[in-house]
Amino acid sequence: MVRKINERIIETAIRISGFAVIAFVVLIFLFLLKDSLSLFRVYSLKAFLTSTQWLPISEPPTFGIIPLLMGSILVTVAAIILCVPIGVAAALFIAEVAPGYLKMILKSLVEILASIPSVVLGFIGIVWLGPFLKHAFHLNTGMCGLTGAVLLAFMALPTIISISEDAIVGIPRMYKEAAYGLGATHWQALWRIVLPAASSGIIAAVMLGIGRVIGETMVVMMVTGNAPIIPHSILQPLRTLTATIAGEMGETVGGSDHYYALFAVGLVLFIITFLLNLAADMSLRKSRK
Amino acid sequence: MNGAKARQKIAFTILGLITLLVVAPIVLIIYYVVSRGWSAISWEFLTAAPRNGMKEGGIFPAIVGTVLLIVGTMLFALPVGILSAVYLVEYAKDNLFTRMIKLSVVNLSGIPSIVYGLFGFTLFVVFLGFGTSILAGSLTLAIMSLPVIITATKEALEAVPMAYREISLSLGATRWQTIWYCVLPYAIPGILTGTVLSLSRAAGETAPILFTVAAFYLPRLPRSVFDQAMALPYHLYVISTQVPNMPAKLSFATGLVLIGLVCLMNLVSIVLRAHFRKKKQW
Repeated sequence: MVRKINERIIETAIRISGFAVIAFVVLIFLFLLKDSLSLFRVYSLKAFLTSTQWLPISEPPTFGIIPLLMGSILVTVAAIILCVPIGVAAALFIAEVAPGYLKMILKSLVEILASIPSVVLGFIGIVWLGPFLKHAFHLNTGMCGLTGAVLLAFMALPTIISISEDAIVGIPRMYKEAAYGLGATHWQALWRIVLPAASSGIIAAVMLGIGRVIGETMVVMMVTGNAPIIPHSILQPLRTLTATIAGEMGETVGGSDHYYALFAVGLVLFIITFLLNLAADMSLRKSRK
Repeated sequence: MNGAKARQKIAFTILGLITLLVVAPIVLIIYYVVSRGWSAISWEFLTAAPRNGMKEGGIFPAIVGTVLLIVGTMLFALPVGILSAVYLVEYAKDNLFTRMIKLSVVNLSGIPSIVYGLFGFTLFVVFLGFGTSILAGSLTLAIMSLPVIITATKEALEAVPMAYREISLSLGATRWQTIWYCVLPYAIPGILTGTVLSLSRAAGETAPILFTVAAFYLPRLPRSVFDQAMALPYHLYVISTQVPNMPAKLSFATGLVLIGLVCLMNLVSIVLRAHFRKKKQW
């Protein structure tokens, strides 16, 4: 009897834990929505989405998300252009070309990169990469979009490499063997057969990489110069959605419009990454079939 | 050597060079931080509080704060993470509820860390009234760590052969007894590996603790879970951006301690994995 009651208790705990996972996502959404709606009661949603100025402490304040969104998009696009070809090439090398011992070393190095805290990379950006790029491109300041994009590309590499590698390794051997049978070289088999076959896994990797980059906070806050204006070039200082929240939250008064505006920015970020993850998940599922 | 072979050689060389482009900076960064920070690491640096606007002294309160956060995160994330993975693998039927849990895990893993910070602030600090505290920070980091723990536990449970469960059930054991005595013990290595990995990520995170626990400058140890605390990643952020004329040596040393801590945890997880893999016999 006691055993039965125990069993009941533990099974209830297990179910509650499962439920809690759903509850957390819903709670995050609801709490962001609740505080965002407090902004939209006094400030129009249309102005928030279309105004080209983010001037939270001027009088009257303007909360236009466009400059921040443009900052995020610019840095993300640049980072993805940099890291996708490099990441996929490295994944191909690790999965198909490198001999066993080298494969192990390379994979551990990539794991080490994945575990370096972003604040450390931001620090490297301040003391080394920023000044270096400033000299290399003759910029006014090294604290600009490019520095952020390079560091973000670097940070997204482990995600892109490991998921692409899984996709490449997951392609049935037969595909390659059939190509060899027709006289193809290893490289021809990889380029013409394996890579196209792994494409949905690689697309998932790219989307998860974009999610990683657009959500990264510390690096962009530390190295992109924090200028909330619409950037015209990657070589200018700019500011992303994430850096705005992190940088301004400490200065706001709880319950002010500015405070709620930052939650609205958070909600936008939540929705963007939610959609990216959904798309990546669908793509991964397709690749496993 | 014909054309296709030559092209293959060129292609593989390019792939190798690109891979070198990826790994060389990793080695360089580690070397750079170690070489610049090593000389500032001393017994005093590791065990004393910061002094003189953080330009002198040590980082002891930040180390303690980060360790407390790791422990707090583990206390909250481990039970919920393991139990929900047990639910997914051992109990769940293929229905809407199960699909929603899986979808939630996917989405939790993609939410930006700063959004976790906002959420932790509005729920734990403001709504539940915990204040800026170790409790609020641990809970925030715990929710963020759940997806990795759940995924690792799920994979570990799925790897235990079905026969173990069937034999136990056929001997009259209940479902939970089967899980407790015949499934979980064999899944522990995988669970531990995933947990340590997720905790090492949590230890290095800055954005989620910005508004939930981190103290700018607090040269004493926290007194209770409702107290603020310094933390290594936030401390590095503060001294590298907010403190003018900060001796670079101390920043590098703080970064080195942080990387060292995270790498140590990763090493533990690798050793655990290797140790248990040798003992596994099915």
